[in-house]
Parts: sequence; C-alpha cells; structure tokens
Amino acid sequence: MEETRNLTCIGCPLGCSIQVEMENDKITGIFGNTCKRGEVYARKEVTHPTRIVTSTVCVEHGIIPVVSVKTETDIPKEKIMDVMRSIKKLKVYAPVHTGDVILENAGGTGVNLVATKEVLTKTK
Amino acid sequence: MISSVDIVIIGGGPAGLAAAISAKKNGIEDVLILERDHQLGGILNQCIHNGFGLHTFKEELTGPEYAQRFIDQTEELGIAYKLDTMVMDISSSKTVTAMNTVDRLFEIKAKAVILAMGCRERPRGALNIPGCRPAGIYSAGTAQRLINIEGILPGREVVILGSGDIGLIMARRMTLEGAKVKVVAELMSYSGGLKRNIVQCLDDFGIPLKLSHTVVDIRGRERLESVVLAEVDSHGKPVAGTEEEYQCDTLLLSCGLIPENELSLAMGIKTGSVTNGPVVNECLETNIEGVFACGNVLHVHDLVDFVSEEAALAGKYAAEYVKSDGNHTDAGKEILILHENGVRYTVPEKIHINRMPDELTVRFRVGAVYKNCYISVYAGQKRILHKKKQIAAPGEMEEVRLSKKTLEEISELEQITVKVEET
Ligand SMILES: Cc1cc2nc3c(=O)[nH]c(=O)nc-3n(C[C@H](O)[C@H](O)[C@H](O)COP(=O)(O)OP(=O)(O)OC[C@H]3O[C@@H](n4cnc5c(N)ncnc54)[C@H](O)[C@@H]3O)c2cc1C
Ligand code: SF4
Repeated sequence: MEETRNLTCIGCPLGCSIQVEMENDKITGIFGNTCKRGEVYARKEVTHPTRIVTSTVCVEHGIIPVVSVKTETDIPKEKIMDVMRSIKKLKVYAPVHTGDVILENAGGTGVNLVATKEVLTKTK
Repeated sequence: MISSVDIVIIGGGPAGLAAAISAKKNGIEDVLILERDHQLGGILNQCIHNGFGLHTFKEELTGPEYAQRFIDQTEELGIAYKLDTMVMDISSSKTVTAMNTVDRLFEIKAKAVILAMGCRERPRGALNIPGCRPAGIYSAGTAQRLINIEGILPGREVVILGSGDIGLIMARRMTLEGAKVKVVAELMSYSGGLKRNIVQCLDDFGIPLKLSHTVVDIRGRERLESVVLAEVDSHGKPVAGTEEEYQCDTLLLSCGLIPENELSLAMGIKTGSVTNGPVVNECLETNIEGVFACGNVLHVHDLVDFVSEEAALAGKYAAEYVKSDGNHTDAGKEILILHENGVRYTVPEKIHINRMPDELTVRFRVGAVYKNCYISVYAGQKRILHKKKQIAAPGEMEEVRLSKKTLEEISELEQITVKVEET
C-alpha cells in the first residue's frame, strides 16, 4: 500500500513541510526537508515517534492538591492516552519529592512516572 | 528602623534566582530576594510541560524541575529570601517598601536593585471582543494555573484564541485531561508559537489551527455556550460571510504578555514603547543608576534559558556596581542602538563601548516573517555584521553579538543600527 505522510519538521524555526512516501510501511522517499536533520526527524516520526508525557496527579494532605509528573523517558506517541488513563485514577500522599516514582510501568509502556515537583504536607 | 542590604532583588522567578546566584558568586554576601508568592520559581511552577533548559543543561526539564535547580543553588549559597512578601514601592533613591504578615510594612535601603518581576497576561478587557461576558472565559495562563496547581479543569469543550506558546500548551493540556479542544484561532497569518509546540500540542491530537481568524461573537447568558469565528482580511477586519459557530463552554485567550512594570514606572524608570520594559544599557542598567532589570520584566522571552543567562549578567553588573561603591568606571560616550527595517526593538538600547564586554549579546525581535534574509549591523555607515538567516519570525527572539574590538576601531562612532536586509 502506498501512502504519503505530511509532517512539519520541528528542528528549527523554518518548519519545513516534509512529505514522506511510504510503501507497505517502508520509506521510499523523503521530500521537502532543507537539511539532513529534517530527514532524520521525518524517519523517526513515521517509524517510531515518541513523546514525554507531562501531567498532574492528585495529592492528599499536600499544600497544593496536585503534583506535576512526567514519564521518566519518552514513550511511543500512540501510548500517550494509555498513560493518561493510568494517571487519572491515581492518588498519592504528601510529602512528594522531585524524582519520586509515582507509578511504575505507566500505561504498560515500561516507563515510570516520576514527580517533577516537591509537595510538602499541609500543616494545620 | 530601615535596614540596609547591598542588593535587593524584586521577584523570585528564574530571573531573580539567577541574578541572586550570580551576584553572590561575584562577591556580594548581602543579597535579598523578595517574592510575593508562597514559593520561589515564578511562572515556572505552573509550566509543568517539558522543554525547559535545553540550552543550559542539555536536558529537557519541566518548568518546576528547571526552577528547582536554581532554588537548590540559592539555598546552597545561603542567599536570603522572603516569601509572601509584596513589594509596594521602590523610591528613586533605592528604598524598597514591602509588606508581609510577619514583618508587616517594612523598608529596606538598597545599594543596588534588580527588577525581576516577570510579566502578566494581556487582560481580556484590552482585547476588545464583541458579545456577552458569560462565565467560562479565561486567560490561558489562568487556566494553566487552575489545572496544574489547583487541580481544577475549567471546562470540557474549548476554543482557544491566540496561538502563542501558552495557548498551544494549554490545547494539549486540556486534551490530555479529557476536554475537547475544537479549534485554535489566530488573528495573524502565522503562529507566534514555537514549531515544536504546533506539532506536539496541535498536530499530535488533530486540533485544527485557523490562521487569520478571530472571535467575532461570544454567546451565552450565564455560562458560555458558543463563540463565532470569522476569517480576517489583511487589515485584520473580519470578512462577512465567513462566520462559523463553535459550541463550547470554555474560551481561552492567549493573546500575549506584558512586562509587569508598575513599580518601575512609579520610581521613574524609562520604558520602551515596544517592549514595555525598561530601557537598559550594556550592563542591563536602567536610567536610574544602580537599578538593573532582567527576564520577562525587561522584554518577553520565549526561552527560560535566555532569561537565566541575561539575569546572571544583571547580577554580575549589580555586584560590580556595589563593589565600586556606586562609582561606575568612566563610561565614556553613550552610543544608541537603533532598530530599523523589520527589527522591532533591541535590548540593550544603548551601550558604552568602554564598559562593554569583549562580546556583547544584543537581543531583538523582528516584526514579520522573513525568509532568506540577512540580519545586518551597521556601526555608523559601516556594515560590521551580515548574518544570513533562512528564517526570522516574530515568535523567536534573535540575537547578534557585537565585538568590542570592531567597535573600538571605528572612529567617531555615534550610533549602531540593527536591521533586516533582503540581500
Ligand atoms: C505559560 C508559559 C509557558 C512557557 N513555556 C516555556 C517553555 O516551554 N520553555 C521555555 O524555555 N520557556 C517557557 N516560558 C518562558 C519562561 O517561563 C519565562 O520566560 C520565565 O519564567 C521568565 O522568568 P522571570 O523570572 O522573568 O518571570 P516570572 O517567572 O514571571 O517570575 C517573576 C516573579 O516575580 C514575582 N513578583 C512580581 N511582582 C512582584 C512584587 N511586586 N513583589 C514581589 N514579587 C513580585 C512574581 O510573583 C514571580 O514569582 C513560558 C512562559 C509562560 C508564561
Ligand atoms: S529540515 Fe532542516 S531546515 Fe527544515 S525545519 Fe527541519 S531542521 Fe530546519
């Protein structure tokens, strides 16, 4: 099956529109990039695009009600919503420290979810 | 009793922190940061997305992580700070009046002051959108604070006006939290946001971006029910017949930031009409001697790395000023940096060649999108720099570096001009 994927390179502000021609999931041509970086980017975007997911998780007894979190490394792009679903139900207890593992294997990606902020316990 | 402090820093965001660290490292023990929030870190506390610090740390940090690195250094160096402390006034002789619940109203006499108050969002009133004013309209930054700090999702069906980075980031954030972002409308024919954010915040989630569009009507009585978008012509006027109605309960406005300069203006600091920030010289010093400015209060930055870099310089120059007992080394003649042909402003706006470092970074923004252009610098009539750019866009801050040696070789130098040239 032949298909053309249209991408915008994020390598620099030029933001070249890149067309990647594919045949049966194999890249047959990359056009529109101004430099090599665009090609590398396009290759990765069509074969295994990844992203870091950042969000928040509820905290009980914290000075603020949520703590910010991220996936420790990038995860496959198509798993973003799986990670979000696994975060949604979570609740942690203060204190939370930067780098604390909040959830192992988030959304079945094999990547841990870690806190990116310190949330101390509410005194009162 | 009025206490006295060598350097008082107003604001404990990334700019204030980097300035404090640098002042201390440059030999000033007596540094005090005043911050009105209950924590240090400034706006970064609510910017939980990644992408900070690529230049400085060669890693992609989230906002809170980036801030923490500077907070840790502040603590390690034993720099004093007061939280929940609102600075009310700064006199032209550098007496700072501030207030908190512990010390109440107090005054501090400073030898040098560093302004690092950041910026705030352009208020809705200034946007001039017709229609009703029902609940459900927020600035993008307010929505960001609600979701990321207070844990409240402001709505479920969202339209965003303005494609600056905050608007783009919030389109993704609300989508991840289960809201439906129907469209991002942008008045200009290009987005002011970073390419990376357009791809990773809109394209990844199939959110349409409508360029040259604006909100022409807001409908709903108590709660927002819909907004009407229309295309605009090249003069920014809505084109009749292009209206489209979008059902939504939330409208986010992401229409730019303005430096927070009420304090600066009240103390008699001159600000630039384009940046709305103080006019500074090569030492990032304002028209009042010993008062320096850095970060978003000076001009709106897109990358926090440059905020930290700039602030470290302000800290260093403030330290030198204090060490010299307020006597600047003879500055010599003041040279203006003019901006022309597409360059909207420069920071700094004036320099003293004697006092400048061997290489001085001048930051600026262009007013439109230019492809295959040159950024040129003229010293008087002589072109001393001609840098090819594949693209220059308003959304990305540009810089040129001026060499002291080159400038010294030009006799009778009166002014420097930075401009965009097509060839
Ligand atoms: C929504 C958003 C998204 C961003 N995304 C990115 C990104 O992805 N990557 C990136 O590199 N950069 C990003 N930036 C830019 C970066 O965060 C800012 O440039 C940086 O935070 C500016 O630092 P600052 O210290 O100048 O201002 P701020 O962080 O705003 O800090 C100013 C501080 O001064 C305090 N203050 C103000 N007035 C007073 C007073 N009168 N008394 C006492 N204290 C006072 C405030 O409370 C605040 O803490 C983003 C910015 C925003 C707003
Ligand atoms: S292809 Fe090269 S020039 Fe084009 S946007 Fe990507 S990095 Fe920039």
